[in-house]
Amino acid sequence: MFEKILIANRGEIACRVIKTAKAMGIKTVAIYSDADKNALHVKMADEAVHIGPPPANQSYIVIDKVMEAIKQTGAQAVHPGYGFLSENSKFAEALEAAGVAFIGPPVGAIEKMGDKITSKKIAQEANVSTVPGYMGLIEDAEEAVKISNQIGYPVMIKASAGGGGKGMRIAWNDTEAREGFQSSKNEAANSFGDDRIFIEKFVTQPRHIEIQVLCDSHGNGVYLHERECSIQRRNQKVVEEAPSPFLDEATRKAMGEQSLALAHAVGYASAGTVEFIVDGDRNFYFLEMNTRLQVEHPVTELITGVDLVEQMIRVADGEVLGIKQEDLKINGWAIENRLYAEDPYRNFLPSIGRLTRYRPPVEGALGDGTVRNDTGVFEGGEISMYYDPMIAKLCTWGPDRATAIETMRTALDSFEVEGIGHNLPFVAAVMDHDIFIKGDMTTAFIEEQYPDGFEGVTLDETALSRVAAACAAMHRVAEIRRTRVSGRMDNHERKVGDDWVVTAQGARMDVTVDADKDGATVQLKDGASLRVESDWTPGDSLARVMIDGTPMVLKVDKMVGGFRIRFRGADIKVHVRTPRQAELADLMPEKLPPDTSKMLLCPMPGLIVKIDVAEGEEVQEGQALCTVEAMKMENILRAEKKGIVTKINAGPGDSLAVDEVIMEFE
Amino acid sequence: MKDILSELDERRAAARAGGGERRVASQHAKGKLTARERIDLLLDEDSFEEYDMFVRHRCTDFGMEAERPAGDGVVTGWGTVNGRQVYVFSQDFTVMGGSVSETHGAKICKIMDMAMQNGAPVIGINDSGGARIQEGVSSLAAYGEVFQRNIDASGVVPQISMIMGPCAGGAVYSPAMTDFIFMVKDSSYMFVTGPDVVKTVTNEQVTAEELGGATTHTKKSSVADAAFENDVEALAEVRRLIDFLPLNNREKPPVRPFFDSPDRVEPSLDTLVPENPNAPYDMRELILKTADEGDFYEIQKDFAGNIITGFIRLEGRTVGVVANQPMVLAGCLDIDSSRKAARFVRFCDAFEIPLLTFVDVPGFLPGTTQEYNGVIKHGAKLLYAYGEATVPKVTVITRKAYGGAYVVMSSKHLMGDVNYAWPTSEIAVMGAKGATEILYRSELNDPEKIAARAADYEDRFANPFVAAEKGFVDEVIMPQSTRKRVARAFAALRNKSTNKPWKKHDNIPL
Repeated sequence: MFEKILIANRGEIACRVIKTAKAMGIKTVAIYSDADKNALHVKMADEAVHIGPPPANQSYIVIDKVMEAIKQTGAQAVHPGYGFLSENSKFAEALEAAGVAFIGPPVGAIEKMGDKITSKKIAQEANVSTVPGYMGLIEDAEEAVKISNQIGYPVMIKASAGGGGKGMRIAWNDTEAREGFQSSKNEAANSFGDDRIFIEKFVTQPRHIEIQVLCDSHGNGVYLHERECSIQRRNQKVVEEAPSPFLDEATRKAMGEQSLALAHAVGYASAGTVEFIVDGDRNFYFLEMNTRLQVEHPVTELITGVDLVEQMIRVADGEVLGIKQEDLKINGWAIENRLYAEDPYRNFLPSIGRLTRYRPPVEGALGDGTVRNDTGVFEGGEISMYYDPMIAKLCTWGPDRATAIETMRTALDSFEVEGIGHNLPFVAAVMDHDIFIKGDMTTAFIEEQYPDGFEGVTLDETALSRVAAACAAMHRVAEIRRTRVSGRMDNHERKVGDDWVVTAQGARMDVTVDADKDGATVQLKDGASLRVESDWTPGDSLARVMIDGTPMVLKVDKMVGGFRIRFRGADIKVHVRTPRQAELADLMPEKLPPDTSKMLLCPMPGLIVKIDVAEGEEVQEGQALCTVEAMKMENILRAEKKGIVTKINAGPGDSLAVDEVIMEFE
Repeated sequence: MKDILSELDERRAAARAGGGERRVASQHAKGKLTARERIDLLLDEDSFEEYDMFVRHRCTDFGMEAERPAGDGVVTGWGTVNGRQVYVFSQDFTVMGGSVSETHGAKICKIMDMAMQNGAPVIGINDSGGARIQEGVSSLAAYGEVFQRNIDASGVVPQISMIMGPCAGGAVYSPAMTDFIFMVKDSSYMFVTGPDVVKTVTNEQVTAEELGGATTHTKKSSVADAAFENDVEALAEVRRLIDFLPLNNREKPPVRPFFDSPDRVEPSLDTLVPENPNAPYDMRELILKTADEGDFYEIQKDFAGNIITGFIRLEGRTVGVVANQPMVLAGCLDIDSSRKAARFVRFCDAFEIPLLTFVDVPGFLPGTTQEYNGVIKHGAKLLYAYGEATVPKVTVITRKAYGGAYVVMSSKHLMGDVNYAWPTSEIAVMGAKGATEILYRSELNDPEKIAARAADYEDRFANPFVAAEKGFVDEVIMPQSTRKRVARAFAALRNKSTNKPWKKHDNIPL
């Protein structure tokens, strides 16, 4: 076995590989750029080599620098992780030339699968199902109809040079095929000056399902079943699970065996993933093969018990695969949520900066399931602008899908990330979405269900009354503590009452809190009563509350007269007031937030470098308005629509907070 | 007998009705609560003891004898906030516009005298049209009497002013002399002369809100210490402030049970100071991670953001915090930040509230604006305030402590009791670049040489150890253990006592 390996990557995947290497007794070498000097993977590794400035193209993906680090440390093998150099055949060649093992597939396999057209050809030859289509030139509409019939409707008629939906038509019958061909051709000629057209099968209700394969260099191979990754945002996977709630045993077997056939066809030896698109009738079509460890590999590990990184290392060392296909059962269900530093309330704008708080849920058993969290960050660390904004991959496992989902909900509720915007509320919302719960998602899920972006979650009545009961009980505890201050008038102390009015999400709930030594019984006005038990004390940012025997975890922040509560993707203000306070609060005018639609707000804390327009000037859509420097990056802010600048509130040199008004429009 | 008792009820009911339903409705329509509703929210339930409910004015001019409402436009008395005694007056805008008459003033003076004698804070709720013009000089005299008591009470009991409606003309000078002023957004304003007079005299067109609204006074003039969305929020927040304050200058600050270990370490603080010495970071994070339960009551949040002032608790005990904020103007001292912090330091010292200072200061802000406006004397205020303060003073230098600003920020030389520095500290007369440009002026045209000199200077001074060698820093501490070290330092200072030479009073450079 190797004595020392180098991990040519950073972040969570570097940490992930180091963990397994450590368990195998292999020494590890990390590489790092200037931006990663204090990164977790550097701390975890036995050795670390600095390889250059922050941008990846000057550090992590510079083959010579990585080779130099290998030479310097005497590493015998390299694990490339994913991204960066993981599918770079030149890198694999360089390693081969240096006599260093590549913990990945042979160069040939990388090359063959790296090209879309070649890989599709090889797949076809290996009898792997591919999207039926006609790649040649189509002469006229009649030929288009003929081909469409051969493929079978519905079909997609596409311009070769097309993109962005232009020159693209879907046809369900001969008439539509004829018309579609003509209009695509015209549009293509006008838009791209290239009217070549091809036709392929249009996949309805598409789902993204992929097969994990694992092969050794002795011709043995197994498939480790599938992962479903249909929930994607702009082709970036967000939620993955294994197995897929959609596949039946026969389809699974067929997909597995075809994947393995493809792997064997290219002499594959390592872990790899064959991606398919699956339609509503469970027809599956090959998309591409990823010749590396996938981001979402943990879900496969959780249901098979196989450590894929360990297997990759063993295969790279020439070992014979010790796993037989018949050993690979699907044990339970696993879900992965990718936590990204992307602000869901700001159209998933990347958010960089310091993690002032980072407290993931404890790994291991949680309720009836288990939690695994793959991460490369830590509290006080930085999410840098140079790399993928991933914070963590939170995975849960359960004996069945419902348990895995429920465990995930609790894990997300107790996951504390502060200091930057992140998508935790969004994935929490997905976990509670009907379509996801039923397992009926397609790759269009996010687009279709959140067409106007994500605006947070509204709690249903049951959840809201539970939150209200918890807040009433917590508020009472906090108020009683306040009365225990020194210097109070003996015998004239404040008596904290039992009646409270809770308002949240526009609803008003009158409650009576009947406290005892173990907790409190919260009586709602409508007659319902909720038993609340919790060890929460003022200042705790998480409240673990048992309500009528059901556990829930609330994120709690102080607020004037109540709490800000984050729970299940909802972010709400909960006021808890005495009846008199509530009566008077009702007299207060509701102040609407200022209309910001005609203002340019500073999107991030930063320094105004330049103002490009003047008051009274008419600006066109897309015109540069000003430049804000943040984190040493200059960001040009542009006009969203045509308008006249009425007022400019900031000038060069001003440092602004997020959402400060830079200028106003008519 | 029954009739006599019920007459009391009737008289009380009449007094409590204030200006009557119509005026109360109009008060509510303006988004404002009445004087009594405000007291309900300020004080613990059922704790209000009212005095002088039946006081009426004695004016007979201009037909005033026809209208003599009970209470005379102000509700006074005492009650408790979380069981601790406070005196309160609340002007009733529904009764003769809350205007100040001789008797109205006398009611306020009475409870102020009681507060001083009995050692409890005074909270004044201001909502008044101003002087009662019909009374002429008697009304002015009433203001004067209140002013004198504000002055006498200053430093004896905390005085808090809530501006919850108009407060104009001479009336502003009573709140002006109190310790804290809070305003309500959109429904309160304060100015010496109103928009009409301004227009007549200077031709300036300005609205009442622009001239003296909450935004103006919290962001521009710094007259107000905070502004809140509405009456309910404002009164809840002033209760929160009272929880931090001692009742008088003879009493230690309050202690309350806390749920946060004094030993809590915060590993993330080890990476708070960025690698790049010129990169900003948020000092507020250090304050929040040092405080009990992350609870921080900030004073003057919207003014002079380059310095942060406010109250936290350590082991349940109130501590005043002053901290340079590198996020704003690199955390430098200037006129505004010096004035803001100096006033805060003096309040803490007057009321025995220990002071915690976090230092990251590159120096004083240069420029003609600063010099012409007297940064010398304004900067001296903060220096003076720290130097005269005898309360326990604990200081932590996190990064830069340059030049005179280093001395100002609660240094050892100004009787700092315990002065800590993080390993990231740079305690020097100035930054390396500036220093070498002066020391090696002759080499200025050789950038290589200068860079080498700067590196030398940095090696020598860009650390806390030169100061530590001389004892100017008591100990270099790990950032992550700041809470623990600071809490223990204050624990060790609980019985601190000092003697200063007798003087009638000092002469701070006002």
